[in-house]
Amino acid sequence: MTEFVAPTVDWAALSPVVIVLLAAVVGVLVEAFVPARARRTVQLTLAVAALAGAVIAVAALWSGVEETGGTVVLGGSLLVDGPTLVLQATIALLALVSLLIIADRTETGEDAFAPNAAAVPGSDYEELARRKGVQQTEIYPLVLFATGGMLIFPATGDLLTLFVALEVLSLPLYLLTGMARRRRLLSQEASMKYFLLGAFSSALLLFGIALVYGYSGSLRFSEISEATQVPGGLDSLLLVGSVLILSGLLFKVGAVPFHTWTPDVYQGAPTPITGFMAACTKAAAFGALLRIVYTMLPGLAWDLGVLLWTVAILTMVVGTVAALVQTDMKRVLGYSSIAHAGFILTGIIALNEAGIVAVLFYLLVYGAATVGAFGIVWLVRERAGGADSPILGEATHLSQWAGLGRTNPLLALTFGLFLLSFAGIPLTAGFAGKFSVFSAAVEGGAWPLALIGVLASSVAVFFYVRIIVLMFFTEPAGAQDEGAAPSSLAPSAEGFALGGDSTVAVEAEPVVQARSTVSTTVVGTEGFAVVAIAVCALVTIVLGVFPSPVLDLIASVATFLA
Amino acid sequence: MSSSFPWLTALIVLPLLGAAVLWVVPAGRARAVALGVSLLELLLGIAALAAFDVAEAGSVQLLEVHGWIPAFGVSYAVGVDGVGLILVLMSVLIVPLVVLAAWREQGSLTVATDQLRRYLALVLLLEAFIVAVFAARDVFFFYVLFEAMLIPVYFMIGLFGGAQRRYAAVKFLLYSLTGGLIMLVAVIALYLQGPGGPQGFLTENLTGLTLDPTAEKLMFCAFFLAFAIKAPMFPVHTWLPDAAQQAPAGTSTLLVGVLDKVGTFGMLTLCLPLFPNASRWAAPVVIVLAVISILYGALLAIGQKDLMRLIAYTSVSHFGFIVLGIFAFTSTSVAGSSFYMVNHGLSTAALFLIAGFLIARRGSQQIADFGGLQKIVPVLAGTFLVAGLSALSLPGLSTFISEFLVIVGTFARHPAAAVVSSLGVVLAAIYVLWTYQRMFTGPERPELAGMVDAGTRERWVVAPLLALMVVFGFVPGPALDLVRPPASVTLEQVGVQDVPATAATEEGSD
Repeated sequence: MTEFVAPTVDWAALSPVVIVLLAAVVGVLVEAFVPARARRTVQLTLAVAALAGAVIAVAALWSGVEETGGTVVLGGSLLVDGPTLVLQATIALLALVSLLIIADRTETGEDAFAPNAAAVPGSDYEELARRKGVQQTEIYPLVLFATGGMLIFPATGDLLTLFVALEVLSLPLYLLTGMARRRRLLSQEASMKYFLLGAFSSALLLFGIALVYGYSGSLRFSEISEATQVPGGLDSLLLVGSVLILSGLLFKVGAVPFHTWTPDVYQGAPTPITGFMAACTKAAAFGALLRIVYTMLPGLAWDLGVLLWTVAILTMVVGTVAALVQTDMKRVLGYSSIAHAGFILTGIIALNEAGIVAVLFYLLVYGAATVGAFGIVWLVRERAGGADSPILGEATHLSQWAGLGRTNPLLALTFGLFLLSFAGIPLTAGFAGKFSVFSAAVEGGAWPLALIGVLASSVAVFFYVRIIVLMFFTEPAGAQDEGAAPSSLAPSAEGFALGGDSTVAVEAEPVVQARSTVSTTVVGTEGFAVVAIAVCALVTIVLGVFPSPVLDLIASVATFLA
Repeated sequence: MSSSFPWLTALIVLPLLGAAVLWVVPAGRARAVALGVSLLELLLGIAALAAFDVAEAGSVQLLEVHGWIPAFGVSYAVGVDGVGLILVLMSVLIVPLVVLAAWREQGSLTVATDQLRRYLALVLLLEAFIVAVFAARDVFFFYVLFEAMLIPVYFMIGLFGGAQRRYAAVKFLLYSLTGGLIMLVAVIALYLQGPGGPQGFLTENLTGLTLDPTAEKLMFCAFFLAFAIKAPMFPVHTWLPDAAQQAPAGTSTLLVGVLDKVGTFGMLTLCLPLFPNASRWAAPVVIVLAVISILYGALLAIGQKDLMRLIAYTSVSHFGFIVLGIFAFTSTSVAGSSFYMVNHGLSTAALFLIAGFLIARRGSQQIADFGGLQKIVPVLAGTFLVAGLSALSLPGLSTFISEFLVIVGTFARHPAAAVVSSLGVVLAAIYVLWTYQRMFTGPERPELAGMVDAGTRERWVVAPLLALMVVFGFVPGPALDLVRPPASVTLEQVGVQDVPATAATEEGSD
């Protein structure tokens, strides 16, 4: 009888994951033992500390991995190599920034979440909870659990861990999606939809895992890869299995034809969660996809090429075209995220080292712009009537963004920056990202994909620019539409200027807005969100002008541990 | 030939700083700051000319190369040959005039508004991009600037233009961006053919590669499409009339007079040297398109009712000449085209700015709303006439020299194209003189009686342009010294035998 040998666990290599998951468990205890008044402060501090700790842990592991190329942990279940660390750092950083937006509250003390998610929408109980100022502080441990799952996802070395990580990251997200403070029915519907489709895709993934196991007799990526080299009689088993596995992952990244949940969930979820989900889930899922395509299935590159090419082309085209006709800001960003998934896929299909670097870099810059953009969407609110009337939900209809560039130039400018980055205009980070994936694709021989990507980008520019036009060149709804701005504005502008006091003009604005019943305003907050948005904007500019240090950093470790 | 002082970087950084300062200063100071910065920039440009060795105008000078994104093979590389330098000089000359012309635009006739401050900041930002794009010696850096330039122009049209400004701004952006993105694919493809490495995008590293003929043709088409949209050439010119009509006069000046030169400049300095075989292969088609542009632009100009659209279409015609000269592949025609770019800048700037003055007074862009102005505003009428005559290439004005060089140079290789294109000169006479006749001659209109003539500021705007046109008209030598050597270098790179045009050589050495 063989003796049971306990595996030696390299806890240090696991530290980023352990810190976050441990903090999440502690967060659950905090819910039980810390008095309600102090809970938010404690939870927020804990969560920020955990995510910052994860970033520091990644940094501490970096030099070791750079030298050795990575370590195999937990008997091969987790692989801590360069791409893992890059993705973990990306996810932890983006989660940290998202957390600031998630945690932020308006001047009136409202966060983005229902006071009591268990209350039936519109019930007296809900109203009571709202009036008592109850807060759902469970969101912090939920976010940490989800982040923990995301940290594991790209590091997995076998299919079973992959599946577990997928569930760990998905389940909290299903919950978080249903917890919006406003439009709760929409939010709950989105949550249900996400859950059902997510469960379906998990089932596909699981079935695929079973088939591949049946073919190769192993769950390890490396061993499956070896098994694919040897021709056998069960090729169809392998092919169907790997197609199913890829489908499960493509669902998570929101690639066409597995994308239908994306716009609904993005629209229904609380906006800060949408930002978190769009940025971090995508990073985690693409990380896993990258590892599987590069280390588990390279032998099938020819067989799966057709599938991946089709998906990439469809994703770029459908995402772009569908975004053209949207009227809701969150849905526009949702479809644009689908299109971006297509662009990232071209980098994956490149199947070369440049492709790895490009995808990892793209995920970072796309994530930064996404978190920032959704943060701004959260700040732009409806207001019923004049300046003193209560602030309502988010003003997500595109027409409500008209004239934002005049009333809040700095905010609109920042949003414009994120849009330009999405559009891939040079000197923004989005351009550097797009350039790197497309050049990787051309280098890998996938130039038709790059060409379609470029064309899709140029179409996509149209709807990003349309929003910029709305913000800067259009008068707010309710104000009279002036024909030729300079000439007709001339008398009034001059009048104010001659008055010697520019505040006159500023004070006159609410009067104009009061004419319409529902106006658009930018809500004041405790300031976390503003910090987060500023960080995202800074990243977008700095990585746009000087992407080199980060690219070099990624390139120095961009090899998978076989 | 490296100079100790980074002239070109200074020329790029100064307007950027100016734009940043304008972002924070109060509106009242905006004019002084903008004018000061742009004049300083002009002085800097002249100093750069002094540092430039004219005897070696064919080689790239004032070169600065620094790594920018080594991972992509991108460098910050600037340097100019004679053509680049003369275009930089033209740009830095026109910008202060545009600033001065915009003095009383944007919301108030007396006070500087916040709107004006933002406009001037965009003008300076654009100036930095323009100088950089003419000086870029790295294909990727060029591409980045080529695209980034669109953003300030987009806002200059969209925020400050006429009633249809949003439409015009979006149309402009989408046209340019599509061309640019298609070029991007070719830029990447070209890089992969090149030596690669951290300096793989340097123009000199990508020149003279042995390329697969099909790939070369495809890449040439991608580059050429982007430049043809920018230039703009028939049949991708349709954004220009809209943009020029809706934009304020200063924006149109910069857009048509300066910015669109990037298109023809790109053909000359990128398409030809990078893809010599494909250039020779495509030349017949390009020449046909250029001739169509010349005639079609001129015919449409004749039919216009809107003054700004008219000037835009004349430019389509003139860009046809420039492209014709470039692709005729004779040293005379190429040098003529280079010089044409400068002259067209001066001539169009004068036309747009004077038209802007007239439109500001009348409050309408329709030609039919003017009439009999010769007696009411003699100075504006006279300057408009001179600017118009420069558009029809009257001997004695600089545009004549360049147009003559282009036609003579082209005749040596493609007599038919030269003959047909010279019809454009006749058509130019129609659109210029007929417009002048409709606007300035005839009976005085009572509603125009109170119009004031050009003030001191406006005279200062127009005077340098007209003076330069006359000076270059009689003494083109210094300018031709700058553009001739690069033309020979380009022809060597393309690998064609020069066809001498005897008459032109004599003309040039006058």
